[in-house]
Amino acid sequence: MQNIYLTIVLAPLVAAVVAGLFGRQIGRIGAHSVTIAAVGLSCVLSLYVLARMFWGGAEAENTSVYTWAVTDGLHMEVGFLIDRLTALMMAVVTFVSLAVHVYTIGYMHDDPGYQRFFSYISLFTFSMLMLVMSNNFLQLFFGWEAVGLVSYLLIGFWFKRESAIFANLKAFIVNRVGDFGFILGIAAVVTMTGSLDYAEVFASADLIAGQEIEVFAGSPWNAMTVICILLFIGAMGKSAQAPLHVWLPDSMEGPTPISALIHAATMVTAGIFMVARMSPLYEFSETALAVVIVIGAITAFFMGLLGIVQNDIKRVVAYSTLSQLGYMTVALGASAYGAAIFHLMTHAFFKALLFLAAGSVIIALHHEQDIRKMGGLRKYMPITYWTALIGSLALIGFPGSSGFFSKDLLIEAVKESHWHGQGAVYWIAYLSVLLGVFVTALYSFRMFFLVFHGKERMDAKTRAHVHESPWVVTLPLVLLAIPSAVIGWVTVRNVLFNDYFGESIVVASRHDVLAHLGESFHGSLALFTHSIQTPVFWLAGAGVYTAWFLYLHRPDLPETIRKRYSGLYELLDNKYYFDDLYIKGFAAGGRRAGTFLWQKGDQLVIDGVLVNGTATTIGRLAGVMRQLQTGYLYTYAFAMIIGLTLLLSWIVWFQ
Amino acid sequence: MIGLQHYLTLAAMLFVLSIAGIIVNRRNLILLLMCIELMLLAVNFNFIAFSRSLGDETGQVFVFFILTVAAAEAAIGLAILVVLFRNRRSINVQELNTMKG
Repeated sequence: MQNIYLTIVLAPLVAAVVAGLFGRQIGRIGAHSVTIAAVGLSCVLSLYVLARMFWGGAEAENTSVYTWAVTDGLHMEVGFLIDRLTALMMAVVTFVSLAVHVYTIGYMHDDPGYQRFFSYISLFTFSMLMLVMSNNFLQLFFGWEAVGLVSYLLIGFWFKRESAIFANLKAFIVNRVGDFGFILGIAAVVTMTGSLDYAEVFASADLIAGQEIEVFAGSPWNAMTVICILLFIGAMGKSAQAPLHVWLPDSMEGPTPISALIHAATMVTAGIFMVARMSPLYEFSETALAVVIVIGAITAFFMGLLGIVQNDIKRVVAYSTLSQLGYMTVALGASAYGAAIFHLMTHAFFKALLFLAAGSVIIALHHEQDIRKMGGLRKYMPITYWTALIGSLALIGFPGSSGFFSKDLLIEAVKESHWHGQGAVYWIAYLSVLLGVFVTALYSFRMFFLVFHGKERMDAKTRAHVHESPWVVTLPLVLLAIPSAVIGWVTVRNVLFNDYFGESIVVASRHDVLAHLGESFHGSLALFTHSIQTPVFWLAGAGVYTAWFLYLHRPDLPETIRKRYSGLYELLDNKYYFDDLYIKGFAAGGRRAGTFLWQKGDQLVIDGVLVNGTATTIGRLAGVMRQLQTGYLYTYAFAMIIGLTLLLSWIVWFQ
Repeated sequence: MIGLQHYLTLAAMLFVLSIAGIIVNRRNLILLLMCIELMLLAVNFNFIAFSRSLGDETGQVFVFFILTVAAAEAAIGLAILVVLFRNRRSINVQELNTMKG
């Protein structure tokens, strides 16, 4: 099996190297053939691994492939931990990656950086697989940083655009803030256990939980709480949770396939995956889980609201990604790790689908992204229309779609998480996810109606050229639409309630909300038929109706509302002023501090006083001393005689 | 009776005279060399006076050595002086200040 795992990981790496270094020699067709073949191989093998877990009942495997370094008893290894959680992630990553690879042929076909692009996305697949398959913290960190690097490269793919460079720098810097917490968390784990290996760390989890760390002098904290919160800060950066979410909307400057693969389906879910993977640690700290659930709830609701006022088609989807990541985080905080991973999986399919559909629309309109200049595309682009409809329905949790099962159960799980107490934490979480459903439906269908229905608002020249995208674009749409529609129905029982995750996810019995839900679970059909009684269904319906009413029935109303509540609109339009705070506050402040240190500290103190100051002082002193050296022999002779006299006198009188 | 102290006084006078010569003279390099010779002679006086007074001939032997070396030194000194004069057309001490800092 080890050979299979190695092949899964290394095939995309080899393809990335070939396409990247020999892109000119093998040409465009060669570049996309080799990368698609490699990712296809990875995908098939990953599905095989998943099938063995799902139906074959294969056991988890923990193998070490290579020892990189041993220092002071600390083993730094490259190894694979292939359990049910990993297998699921591998399948999702490689499948979405494959779809995106195919889609890219159509989307990037006239781009001069064609080979480079394929090299990057293959490299991304490799990095992401390293991340999810790792069996130790070091390799996790490697994958974590590698996906961050590729994300940086791809956001700035069109490096001649000023805004793309700004966005990729922003993403990189904001992620560094999160990674700072992440690496501190890993360091804390190593300090506490002396090991990087998951199995060893998890085995000593109860020992960590019994200890205390003084974060600030005089205030001892539970060691596990500190570790979990630090690791979660890393997840906040990577999974774009408030307040480290600001990079994700800007990352839409990258090409659309990247937004689908990296900034919706896989990389941004690395944080969710990591927390689920660390469930044996998080289960020991209810404080950390409370932090997780509150951060997730804030992100889920407030980032969703921003989606309503955005006019860029990709940014609407980006804010919906933020909001859905918030949902997953809430599930993690409620100890419903299975629900989070399940939503991660369904979300990966339908959100990648929505992004690719958005990309298809963008191609058709010659790279026009403003939804105010679209409309009525339904009759021009039937395949895109229907697949986008499936994606949107899945996103709002329409009964029967994949999103319905994952989101409905996620919300139920949060509702059941009474162990957080009946106080603020519980109600913030529950109300956020519940009201979030209405918001999700509103912004999703606002975009859907504005793009595909209503008046055709593009100019005549564009309208004449609008047509359905080529098959390389629509095939991935269909490929992703199928799981978006049905995967929830098929897998919900097995993934969530049949103890699919087994030992890969550990939940304390007091926290086990999913087991509690499982007692009243009677199959997909029952869930489907009972959906009409749930508040989720009615809220989503209300959201869609509101969107229809405002944007199709009375298109004049949104303008009136905006004028009436201009204060609120300003707040949303400026994204709660987070960007202003960071750019004018932290970034400008940092630059001002830098300028100050440069001018005062470096130029004045170090250069002026220390370096040049020493030289000047010595020069000035030498100028004074120089007066003694007249160059006349008699002066020296005189000095010698005076000295001799003094020396002799001293000897005569004092000896 | 002329005693040791008279010889020593004479030697000291010669020595101080030569020092004064070195310091005061600012015109002529030859005078400088002559003053140095005088200084050595003053020291020789001391050697001879002590040698006679203590009845030890070693001091007188030393004087021969010093005289010989002084003669050689004077020769070298004069040779340098000639070269110096050739180069600079002057033996004025006041102008010889190339070692000035």
